Amino acid sequence: MTLLKQLMSNRKAVVGLTLLILIILVAIFAPVLTEYSPVKRVGRPHQPPSWDHWLGTTRLGHDVFSRLVYGARVSLAVGFGAGLMITVVGTVLGIIAGYRGGVVDEVINFFTNMVLVVPNLPLLLVLAAFIGQASPLVIAIILGATSWAWGVRVTRAETLSIRQRDYIKSAEMLGEPAWRIMAFEIFPNLLSIVGINLIGSVIFAVIAEATLEFLGLGDPNTVSWGIMLFNAQNASALSVGAWWDLLSPCLALALLGLSLALLNFAIDEVANPRLRTGGMLKSWTRMVRLGEGKL
Amino acid sequence: MTFLLRRIAFYLAAFITAATINFFLPRLMPGDPIEIMFASAGSELSLENLNALKLTFGFIDAPLHEQYLAYLKSVFTGDLGRSIKYFPLPVSELLGRALVWTLGLVGTATIVSFALGTILGIMAAWRRGKLFDSVVSLIAIFSSSVPAIVVSLILLFVFGYTLRWFPNGYAADPLLDPGLNWTYVSSVIYHGTLPMLTLVLVLTGGFAVTMRNNMINLLGEDYIVMGRAKGLSDSHVMLWYAARNALLPTVSSLAIAMGTVLGGSLIVEVVFNYPGLGNTLYQAILARDYPVIQGQLLIMTGAMLISNFVVDLSYLLLDPRLKKA
Repeated sequence: MTLLKQLMSNRKAVVGLTLLILIILVAIFAPVLTEYSPVKRVGRPHQPPSWDHWLGTTRLGHDVFSRLVYGARVSLAVGFGAGLMITVVGTVLGIIAGYRGGVVDEVINFFTNMVLVVPNLPLLLVLAAFIGQASPLVIAIILGATSWAWGVRVTRAETLSIRQRDYIKSAEMLGEPAWRIMAFEIFPNLLSIVGINLIGSVIFAVIAEATLEFLGLGDPNTVSWGIMLFNAQNASALSVGAWWDLLSPCLALALLGLSLALLNFAIDEVANPRLRTGGMLKSWTRMVRLGEGKL
Repeated sequence: MTFLLRRIAFYLAAFITAATINFFLPRLMPGDPIEIMFASAGSELSLENLNALKLTFGFIDAPLHEQYLAYLKSVFTGDLGRSIKYFPLPVSELLGRALVWTLGLVGTATIVSFALGTILGIMAAWRRGKLFDSVVSLIAIFSSSVPAIVVSLILLFVFGYTLRWFPNGYAADPLLDPGLNWTYVSSVIYHGTLPMLTLVLVLTGGFAVTMRNNMINLLGEDYIVMGRAKGLSDSHVMLWYAARNALLPTVSSLAIAMGTVLGGSLIVEVVFNYPGLGNTLYQAILARDYPVIQGQLLIMTGAMLISNFVVDLSYLLLDPRLKKA
């Protein structure tokens, strides 16, 4: 609770959270915000923004604003779905590897390092290419299945330092079972790392989904920001002067990314007030996570 | 020495993993793998050519493990099969041509953004809490949250289509003959400016914050205080006492950033129609040219492993403790 209270007094956190809640509300109330269907032809092709069509129309005569607000649902769902999956796998494997040690640790660590050096985006592209016209759900699943490695490394490193502490030793002496120590003694002390991992993964998943769809690996019938970019690019929106078609999803992605990044910086500032010695790992890993989020 | 040998063995294992994924993926898909991979080729290629194509992917009349070995053998002899779209052009040649452009773009962008980010980070840490520091942090937040795809599209719109300061595509004026003369080189620089600017904008923030935080951690150390006590100038302590030591973890973040850089260049090349790996891959995806898509994974993995290895080597130089180990 103190963590939440501290977050609420952090300016970055407040701005980021407000933005994020706004985007979530827009996604939930999409049908209230627009009268147009995102998949029906509702106007002439490539109309500039006007009172009838706030953000203009696409080449197929779809309303851009309507596609944008409905598309927010897909971006958020994929982002938080895949982000949660990445975080759960990363945290569980990281704690087990760090606490158990020995062969278990060796095996998990080896696979983690292996996954880390195989570049993520090309791997995703190969997977998606074979699956063909991947739906948002499929994209979320392959993102979750391939992107957990960084979380394992960070969580493992932190667990290694926590398991040496006295309260863990005393819990062991008292004969607490291993799962209980991992879940109730170690995990609560990893909350800030888990939070940073979660938000970083959400940023990553949102961008990766948009990128895969932009590159033509998504299902073209989906209403999502990535597919909007793909369609706009295919319609040569910029060279025919229909900038609204391409820039609307761009700004939406930038805004969502910004809100999440602000939250991430804020959590780090709260959890890591003086960037004290030993906090180096945290600050470093946070930056790399953020770096990883970009494709 | 053992340190390096162990790293090399690990990289070899990682590369084989990537190749293994390539091998098993078409075989794990529902349906006939040969059908999936070569469907678009079947109607256009002669049976003989199609068989040669299948051979490099290990589709031979033998048990699975022999197929696997056959595939690994062709990968390690540099044979990545042939492009279906541009048959009979070998994938290695197609990607090799594109690789030159990507390496140039990625290499320059990484060096520029690493240098810029490091300098900004050093100065921000030195002026911690002052206006300069806040400005750098703000830039870093923007830089690390706005994806490459968005930055490149906006730059293309503003500088390519609206202001018309820079070209909208190609690595050089297509009317010029490639050569080492100023007209051609300047055309390459002119065409490469926007793609490079995108990558620099996307990367610099991350490097700056890493360096800043490392520096701040070190500024409390005793040897910094001692340097000051000796009456050394501020800039001397900043650069030779603090920055030199703070650089070490930053270099290792460089290795991990390589994945981001390569991925970023994929997008940037598609947006700016730049003839590198990313664009080749985009065309391959549109044509479902699987051998090219798979070759891409191997080449990118190779590039990633080599850059990791270079970082390992630079670690040996920067951190004398490792030499003894």
